[in-house]
Amino acid sequence: MSKEELLKKRYRAEKRFKFYGLTSVILAILFVLFLVNVIFSKGKGAFSRTTISVEVDFNTEKLEIKNNPTNEEIQDTDFYDLSIESLLNVYKTKGLKEEKDLIRIFSPDYEFEIKNFIIENKGFLNKTTIIELTASDDIDQLNKGNYPRHLPEERRRISDFQLLIYDKLVEDNKIQKTFNTFLFTNGDSRDPELAGVGGSLLGSFFTIIVTLLLSFPVAILASIYLEEFAPKNRITDFIEININNLAAVPSIVFGLLGLGILLGTFDFPRSTPLVAGITLALMTLPRIIIPCRASLKAVPPSIREGALAVGASKVQSVTHHVVPLAIPGTLSGTIIGLAQALGETAPLILIGMVAFVVDLPSSPVDPSASLPVQVYLWSEQAERGFVEKTSATIMILLTFLITMNAFAVYLRQKFERRWS
Amino acid sequence: MNLAILLLVVLFSTSCFFFGRKKIIKITSENKIRPNALPDYYGYYLALWCAIPAVLILALWTVFEPTIIKAIIINNLSSNNLSELNPDELNLIYQQIIALYAGNFTGTITEEIRLGAENYKSFLSIAEGSKIVILISFLMFTTLYAYKKLISNNKAREEVEKIVKAVLFTCSLVAILTTIGIIFSLLFESIKFFTTINIFDFLFGTSWSPQRAFVRDASTITPEEYNELKDAFGSVPLFAGTAFIAFIAMIVAVPIGLFSGIYLAEYASKKVRKYSKPIIEILAGIPTVVYGFFAALTVGPFFREFGERFGLEVSSESALAAGLVMGVMIIPYVSSLSDDVINAVPQSLRDGSYAVGATKSETIKKVVIPAALPGIVGSVLLAVSRAIGETMIVVMAAGLAARLTINPLESTTTITTQIVMILIGDQEFDSPKTQSAFALGLTLFFATLILNYIALRFVKKYREKYE
Repeated sequence: MSKEELLKKRYRAEKRFKFYGLTSVILAILFVLFLVNVIFSKGKGAFSRTTISVEVDFNTEKLEIKNNPTNEEIQDTDFYDLSIESLLNVYKTKGLKEEKDLIRIFSPDYEFEIKNFIIENKGFLNKTTIIELTASDDIDQLNKGNYPRHLPEERRRISDFQLLIYDKLVEDNKIQKTFNTFLFTNGDSRDPELAGVGGSLLGSFFTIIVTLLLSFPVAILASIYLEEFAPKNRITDFIEININNLAAVPSIVFGLLGLGILLGTFDFPRSTPLVAGITLALMTLPRIIIPCRASLKAVPPSIREGALAVGASKVQSVTHHVVPLAIPGTLSGTIIGLAQALGETAPLILIGMVAFVVDLPSSPVDPSASLPVQVYLWSEQAERGFVEKTSATIMILLTFLITMNAFAVYLRQKFERRWS
Repeated sequence: MNLAILLLVVLFSTSCFFFGRKKIIKITSENKIRPNALPDYYGYYLALWCAIPAVLILALWTVFEPTIIKAIIINNLSSNNLSELNPDELNLIYQQIIALYAGNFTGTITEEIRLGAENYKSFLSIAEGSKIVILISFLMFTTLYAYKKLISNNKAREEVEKIVKAVLFTCSLVAILTTIGIIFSLLFESIKFFTTINIFDFLFGTSWSPQRAFVRDASTITPEEYNELKDAFGSVPLFAGTAFIAFIAMIVAVPIGLFSGIYLAEYASKKVRKYSKPIIEILAGIPTVVYGFFAALTVGPFFREFGERFGLEVSSESALAAGLVMGVMIIPYVSSLSDDVINAVPQSLRDGSYAVGATKSETIKKVVIPAALPGIVGSVLLAVSRAIGETMIVVMAAGLAARLTINPLESTTTITTQIVMILIGDQEFDSPKTQSAFALGLTLFFATLILNYIALRFVKKYREKYE
């Protein structure tokens, strides 16, 4: 092989090598885009909700209710007959089967929705009005174009008769698409059209607050000790080894810790944000200590020496000078650690946060779910509506995570001082 | 209630702060002496002595109160009862008592439960009262003690700084406590498990099906029963499944991660680096449950359809889908760690290589990578440790069937999947099934511990080399 050929070959190898590197980077970026695209295209539908206009006649005589009822009286009244009557007026039916089919295009909470409407708008008593009732999951999916209506009838959950009703309703402009507030306000439900992340949002919120309150002070104080005061001895070394190892222990082990000690030994209430918060705080602690120490270390020794030179004690030099300068770094490290904790699922499953909770939690000791656990729970459900809801939950979760991380980066870039 | 007490303590210690400060200003100005420290320190001293013991007592009390009351009530129950009750039944009665007290009891109320609930109520009020009394007397005592000391010995700043250092030290001990807590909670249940199941049968048995092992009294197991039981707890298929999925993940993550790390460190312009590095790191920030959903919903079915087209039997939960997605998750760990270690290789090594006429890729392959090898090995080991501890992806996408297979298209199970599957929902702590999850956890803990230790040693050695 001549010299030129050899050189050409080497240059080709050079190009190939660079190409591999570039491909890898592009591949990794493509993975991100693909993942985000899948989630967003599946989840965007969950932000809208299908409703059907129904005419309801609030006749007080038929309801057997006074003309000026209080809220409690309306609550105690039976609206079932009125609801069924109004629903059946939507389309002409023959026979019990068709009636059932017609009622099934509505979400099972119709009675509750009608009742709530009249409690909020008492002026409509003894009047006939049009109410928007939530459609069932199948109709919802059909309206969003996700339902395979070309399948033969026996392989569909929507019957041909229901399709007929649906088409007529669309023709009459009685089917509306509105923004899905249920997604943010409702708790969990067996019916996808009624299920929302309200409960898990609150659960996650309480969990993160507990985690923040426990891990942030302890992490900062521990890192101040290790970075500024700790003598070089065996205890300090042992603590450092422990922190480094704990940061890499799988999160599920912390779940076992929470289960064995918090639930098993101390009888803390199961499935609550309190236990979840403590478990996640133990998990996050080393992950916060490491960046906190790094930002303390980044403060140049001249600051400490300057303080000592004018007569400050060691504690004063640290609390008055070093710590204030390190605060942006410690805060951004904490936020990133909390963002990790917010997305953590496995330990929460072990401490029982997978319970089916319909009610919204009002304090950290109420049973609740959390956002990532909700993703896991809904991903196990077969209904089409839940796939959409799961993706929407992921979108909400990712929005929080991205906001937190962006805020951490902003804090660091805006307030952290560069010393060199 | 606790919140009110806490508020009271805070209020009291704040007033102590102002009291201490004012007092020392008064004393020093009356006697025309200079205080040894700033007046604030005298205030801090009093306030800390007032608040810290009180808060400590409150915390300990809150944590231990339910346990102690439970012990007393169960003790009462078993001493009143002529017939022997086992711990599970006692526990059940205790739960019923609490439910009755809280007002959400359903079922028939027996005399025993009614009495228990009354007892419970009286114990609660006794505990509440004694808590307040003890707390307040302690608070008074410590504050008085601190005040006496303050007046007689004028070293407020040193004293305050001593307390501050002690608090800082205690906080750094939390890491050790957590480790101890992990080891204890895992060991405690594991030891119980290993008294029923021989540790060698657990480590080397090849058949795993804990659902077969329904609750039995551990002490009355006959040899035949044991033979059957030990077949339920052979964990080799789980180890194999874990290693297999981690292996698939590394096949994806190591080349892509390493090459993109090299590209970003050696080739990429500043601008490309600035934008592509954070984008790749997004992959590390995405919660694992999202990857699990992605694997189960998109990747798994895709492989199944793809396989069907070629007449292959692919299960929708497969080791391949889980491993692939896990590999994608791990890419940023490998890439940013190897980026770091490659950046740490001194420029002089590269310059020397260029000087003798090597191309850039030759320099990287023959000089930079060998020099950075320990660091790269360390980062790969850390990635492996992440892969075997990863839970949600395998729970959602790898399947539950414990079988020894090297076919990536079949479903496999892992240690973490089994832990979750055993502990999801209600657990009975005394069954070998539940305890086996802790034994698995212990194995996992030590496996990752050893990997991390070796990896950190590698990285540390490497850092020392070029510092």
